[in-house]
Amino acid sequence: MENLLKVEKITKKFGNFFANHEINFEVRKGEVLAILGENGAGKTTLMNILFGHYTPDSGNVIFEGHKIDFGNTNSAIKLGIGMVHQHFTLAENLTVLENIMIGKQSIFSLSLPKKDARKKLLRLSEKYGLPINPDSMVTDLSVSEKQRLEILKTLFLDCKLLILDEPTAALTPQETEALFATVREMVELGLSVILISHKLNEILRVSDRIIVLRDGALVGEVNTNSAVRSEIAEMIVGKKIEYPKKQDVKRKSQYLQLTDISYKSLSFPAVQNINLTLSGGQILGIAGVAGNGQTTLAKLLSGHLKPSSGEVLFYENKKVNTSPKSFMNLGLAYIPEDRNSDGLVGEMEIWENVIMTEIDTPYFRNKFGWINKSKSFERATNLCNLYDVRMQSIRQPCRLLSGGNVQKLLLGRWLMRSPKIIIACQPTRGLDEGAIASIQKLLLQARAKGSGIVLISEDLDELLSISDDVAVMYKGALSEPINTEQTDKLSIGLMMAGEGF
Amino acid sequence: MVTFRLEERERTSYPLALISPLIAVFISLVLAGLLIILAGANPVQSYYELMKGAFGSKNAFAETLARATPIILTGLAASIAFRAKFWNIGAEGQLYFGALATTMFGTGLIVLPSILMIPFLFIMGALAGGLLLLPLVLLKLYYKVDEVVTTLLLNFVVVLLVSYLLEGPWKDPMSLGWPQGKSVVDSGILPQILAKTRLHLGFVIAVFTALSIWLIMNKTIIGYQIKSVGSNASAASHSGLPIFKTTLIVALFSGGMAGMAGVTETAGLKGYLTLDLSPGFGYAGIAVAMLANLNPLGVIFSGIFLASIYVGADAMSRAMNVPTYLADVIVGLTVLSILLSLIFINFKIKFIGNRDND
Repeated sequence: MENLLKVEKITKKFGNFFANHEINFEVRKGEVLAILGENGAGKTTLMNILFGHYTPDSGNVIFEGHKIDFGNTNSAIKLGIGMVHQHFTLAENLTVLENIMIGKQSIFSLSLPKKDARKKLLRLSEKYGLPINPDSMVTDLSVSEKQRLEILKTLFLDCKLLILDEPTAALTPQETEALFATVREMVELGLSVILISHKLNEILRVSDRIIVLRDGALVGEVNTNSAVRSEIAEMIVGKKIEYPKKQDVKRKSQYLQLTDISYKSLSFPAVQNINLTLSGGQILGIAGVAGNGQTTLAKLLSGHLKPSSGEVLFYENKKVNTSPKSFMNLGLAYIPEDRNSDGLVGEMEIWENVIMTEIDTPYFRNKFGWINKSKSFERATNLCNLYDVRMQSIRQPCRLLSGGNVQKLLLGRWLMRSPKIIIACQPTRGLDEGAIASIQKLLLQARAKGSGIVLISEDLDELLSISDDVAVMYKGALSEPINTEQTDKLSIGLMMAGEGF
Repeated sequence: MVTFRLEERERTSYPLALISPLIAVFISLVLAGLLIILAGANPVQSYYELMKGAFGSKNAFAETLARATPIILTGLAASIAFRAKFWNIGAEGQLYFGALATTMFGTGLIVLPSILMIPFLFIMGALAGGLLLLPLVLLKLYYKVDEVVTTLLLNFVVVLLVSYLLEGPWKDPMSLGWPQGKSVVDSGILPQILAKTRLHLGFVIAVFTALSIWLIMNKTIIGYQIKSVGSNASAASHSGLPIFKTTLIVALFSGGMAGMAGVTETAGLKGYLTLDLSPGFGYAGIAVAMLANLNPLGVIFSGIFLASIYVGADAMSRAMNVPTYLADVIVGLTVLSILLSLIFINFKIKFIGNRDND
């Protein structure tokens, strides 16, 4: 097969750190190339170089015989490289068609050539099997439709190489299948696709070739049909991954009970008549496609939202007023879904974040409110050692930590308090295999120590492997919990699509 | 084609953080110098006159420090509020409220010995400034009413209230018809700290307040809470920090310090309340806080700097026959260039050369 893109000896340094080190590979016409690697392995840097966003320190990227003009994304777009980012870049208050046309018009032109654009959009939508209504408002689209729109936006620019960054992060298994069918369709029609993902199972199904990055270097290249899952996983991490195994744990008494909880407002998806019980030593998984009310449920469980009706009872039918603080004081820990904006204060140093949940404890301050730095430093150092948070110094701002380390720090901070109830919302989303294994291990350890855990996740493999029971959320309603021993991915997947509700 | 991009720095070195505002001040002086040339004067000589007017004699220096006193306090008010992302633009009104409290309690209602009277007036002034802000912060916390709008607009209401009181019920009958309040009792007057100048105890109190705020912000739990809530309120609340309480405390501190500026002017500089007590000290505080990058110790220096420009501009104007308004231009340019210099402090600039020839 002919080469479309050739990457030659790309090296990019940030300070003394090699984000990319002499990377060589090529993308052939009409293939799906998957790029795998942990967070911080250099995938994003490499894509930013391909897309013309960063300038490498040395090396070249040649696309159809043309060198890419680095530091200029227009050049990459003009040559035919299109990128769909993990986070959507859509204007919610415009229609599909208007979103397609954004940025393609000079701001001084007074008219929009909507007619031509509509024609082209409909042609592309038919050609690649990506159905969409040009006049829908983007706000009204589902996640998978938004993604379809993002892909159409790049196709609209006549791209020959499509880069998809973590495209399945917010899709149901069924939607993922549909997306992959489209990807296969696109390569049949001559497009090339680079797929960046950390979900190995998916990559193995859809790609033609796989390259693996680790610590900025290319450590492996395999044809997918001769690839072995465990070998690739080890290539990614650089060592053998030990996935935690669920042990039998003695159930304790009931820790948390929700009776007929409903919540209605404009700012969050509504939930209706939620009933749920959680005992010590139990992991209750909550499955569901993003946006079906899981976030609302998590906020209700953690005291950030007050239910419109219904009761939240702790332990022996104890009731407290709804606030994050009073729930915390009852021994509840909450891992929020968005760990960067709700989890840690990025601008503040690691030690400052470590003591944030503890400011009421006199241990870290004297009676005049003076912070005891040496005790705080000691706690931060212990926490980082205990939970394997990799950092240069506890005085470094948290924003410099990778996703996995942020999550270990967040979870570790709560585990230090020996919580009785843990509400974990998407705790492993976007993390690499190694970090996923450590977070799951920590959750199972907490379960063994008697904590009751509500695990809200979109990753069915995770839910089935570490939780005791799974309930499914669909359009604000929660199903009865099902024992994970007595169900499988397929039936949960069907429930996620609304069966039985 | 040579282009450049900004890359975020992992950490800012201290020398850079100190030098870049100085460079910014220098650049703004050069730019204002062009205007001085336009006005028909020699900029180097004009700046010399300006510096002489601000620092050239004991009297000039004392005048500069006296002018700096309220600006440092309103600067602290802005710096602590902005650190918590509470946008208090109402220091001007809070200053006047502090001045009203001084007039209410300091002109004969209560007479105490000096050692008690002065602290008493400062406490009353601070309470008045804080209380003025209290309903606004509650509106923000309960109903999400934008504090930029409410604090700014309340300034005008307060100034009109002062005007009403001074033209009406609080007018000093001894003032020969001028709209001014009764004189503060002798024991309430802030003593001079440099003989035969207008420099009074208020300056020492302002510097002491700045030091205290620095300690609070950097060493104590409450300062830590303010910084956390300011840089990521959502994460702070998820970690169990009390957003409501912290914002309330910030507002009381901020309004309190602006109120103290009203005390220093009424009981220190003038001795009585007038309608022109503050030529915009409340707004100058915002510029001062920005110049200091919200650092309470930096506010002392940026406050003195701003005061020196305003005091020196009068001397420059007289000697060189250029308009005093140049002072406003210099201050405006300095704030702009400081804000730009913050980009250099927080980001690295990478130049990207032409790569066609390899």
